[in-house]
Amino acid sequence: MSRIDIHKTYKLYIGGKFPRTESGRYYAVKDKKENFVANMCLASRKDFRNAVVIARKAQKSWANATAMNKGQILYRIAEMLEGRRAQFVAELITQGSSEKSAQLEVDRAIDRLVYYAGWSDKYQQFFSAVNPVSSAHFNFSCLEPMGIVAMIAAENQGLLGLVSVVAPAIVGGNTVIILASETKPLSAISFAEVLNSSDVPGGVVNILTGNADELMSHMASHMDVNAIVYCGQNQKAITTINELASNNLKRTIFHKKNDWLDTDCESPYMIEKTQEVKTTWHPTKV
Amino acid sequence: MSKDKNIFKATWAYADAPESTDHIKIKKQYELFIDGEFVKPSKNKYFDTINPSNQKKIASVAEASTDDVDKAVAAANKAFTSWSKLSGKERGKYIFRIARLIQERAREFAVIESLDGGKPIRESRDIDIPLAANHFFYYAGWADKLEYAFPNRKVKPVGVAGQIIPWNFPLLMAAWKIAPALATGNTVVLKPAETTSLTALKLAEIIEESGLPKGVVNIVTGAGETGAAIVNHPDVDKIAFTGSTGVGKYIQKATAGTSKKLTLELGGKGANIIFEDAAIDQAVEGIVNAIFFNQGHVCCAGSRLFVQESVVDVVIEKLKSRMETLVIGDPLDKNTDIGAINSAKQLKTIKDYIKVGLNEGGEIYQPDCKLPKDGNWCAPTLFLNVSQSHRIVQEEIFGPVLAVQTFRTIDEVVEKANNTPFGLSAGVWTQKGSKIFNLTQRLNAGVIWGNTFNKFDPTSPFGGYKESGFGREGGLHGLRGYVKFD
Repeated sequence: MSRIDIHKTYKLYIGGKFPRTESGRYYAVKDKKENFVANMCLASRKDFRNAVVIARKAQKSWANATAMNKGQILYRIAEMLEGRRAQFVAELITQGSSEKSAQLEVDRAIDRLVYYAGWSDKYQQFFSAVNPVSSAHFNFSCLEPMGIVAMIAAENQGLLGLVSVVAPAIVGGNTVIILASETKPLSAISFAEVLNSSDVPGGVVNILTGNADELMSHMASHMDVNAIVYCGQNQKAITTINELASNNLKRTIFHKKNDWLDTDCESPYMIEKTQEVKTTWHPTKV
Repeated sequence: MSKDKNIFKATWAYADAPESTDHIKIKKQYELFIDGEFVKPSKNKYFDTINPSNQKKIASVAEASTDDVDKAVAAANKAFTSWSKLSGKERGKYIFRIARLIQERAREFAVIESLDGGKPIRESRDIDIPLAANHFFYYAGWADKLEYAFPNRKVKPVGVAGQIIPWNFPLLMAAWKIAPALATGNTVVLKPAETTSLTALKLAEIIEESGLPKGVVNIVTGAGETGAAIVNHPDVDKIAFTGSTGVGKYIQKATAGTSKKLTLELGGKGANIIFEDAAIDQAVEGIVNAIFFNQGHVCCAGSRLFVQESVVDVVIEKLKSRMETLVIGDPLDKNTDIGAINSAKQLKTIKDYIKVGLNEGGEIYQPDCKLPKDGNWCAPTLFLNVSQSHRIVQEEIFGPVLAVQTFRTIDEVVEKANNTPFGLSAGVWTQKGSKIFNLTQRLNAGVIWGNTFNKFDPTSPFGGYKESGFGREGGLHGLRGYVKFD
């Protein structure tokens, strides 16, 4: 008789822990043939709000970690993901990808993490400026993280879509709360396990599973969220997010692309999207 | 220090030193500037622009209706086709011309700015107008160098930029908006604030003289409705707004379902932090400049003062003495430090806030100064014994009113300084280098002044965090809001 295999319980990832949704709600994920795969947490507004509190607490110290340190941690994420490559490929296949496209997606996700790991101690040099003002002052502008970024991940590439927006935000010192692809959420929670074993401090990346239509209005209207990233083409969602974001003048960032394999998804300009410019003046006359 | 708090007060009065107005050309009536021509408003409606220092009418200004805004946007759209295709080198030449023409007529512009807006002639002459000209110079040079500003990206202009500017730095704000838009190949529909339209309309004359192709810059005057018509116009591709946080939120909401690109430069409640190891006399000058510059009509004003407990007595005593010496009066007098409040409406807002401060238990201090009879005037004002929860500490007053608090430790003052929805500016005064950088890194604001305050330059990016808006104006970073990547 063959061995009965052990199914994984997929939960949320908040503050470096794996809690169930406080709401007790769930939804079932099925494979292409409509076979049951797993029950996912249907995260609530309260789960999101808890995650914001934790992300706020984690933000200052994460932003203050040295650029070298943040780069090494991102590289560590890539190492951990590489080590579990087979598992991620299998999960993507379960969720409907072909073997070839699953492999490509995982490889690209790993490479993208390495790409942003390398930017960690460089993007500041790329975007900063010493400004030649016409008075006796030393004046410079540099980037600072926006703070807390709420994200709604791309629906169609459960792993790569998530990694492509999380990596540039956290390498820049932000903390994030990301709602995973609703139909392909397995890789997101498995990726949380990767994060949890990669020296990423708890609270820097928080991952929810659930329904975007339900949660996006709460994400866009929360007064302690500094920016919101939405990956998708739904014009109604974009309008709603923009409207609610105006409550506290949240920065809104929309990615309408379908395919995150594109190399133009990788650029320091992606990091810049969740950064503020700070300009500092000081007299030079003694 | 002398116990006599009037020691600095001159025992003799300054002789009047009024700037001449003989050389100023102001028409009785101003029209809209659309498609390279001055045209009458479609509804034939005009409003008065008033000199806030004597309440006398200066001129009539056309009120642009929705139809007029339509025409201006259509002209900008039509002009965009060829303007955006013109080489950067040629675009730049037009912008250089505008800069030069402003320099040539600088004195005239300075006087009109002070007449129409109430700011001291020293400020309009030495700050507003030269900075406006320099802003055009700075961005003129970028027009043919954009590929160096955004490595590895091909940039395109956004299209028609709708630009709405405030009344506190009328010409300077017009320059901040128009110069980068033109350098990057956009066309413009600009609306000045209704109380200060004149220098923008004089700028329209300069633009006409510069030979800039018709329709590239259109200037429509009017109030909120004209602004709303620009914001809601379907053929406007970008909105750049400087003004209140309330209107900024309205604009983000109103443009929610569109692809309009936004930059918002909004309100502030800047913290100005004085440590015990600061050069106290310089810091006191800094406090005065931070809050009383331009009558406090400055979005980045240092309107919250934080003084370390150990030096609070000496700082406040010196500050009060310094305030006794401030000259308040005729904006056109070269001795004047504090001019007229821009409008009767704004004066009411400020006075209401002073009442609120008193009702909340704040201790008020105003120097013993005579205010002119006619016009809108407000004495420089301190509020002592206030705390974080007071409205005059939390809300932007946009007038010469300073709320003073004390602190003991760095952590405490950082916490207090950052505890506001705004994040535009902050200042730190200490002679210790490491303390300066510790603070400048931890303060959540877009512009931080160390041992100085309220300094501006075309090369220096300006803009806020949090509810002070988003996007930057000035410097290389100021180009970003006017381009899109291919």
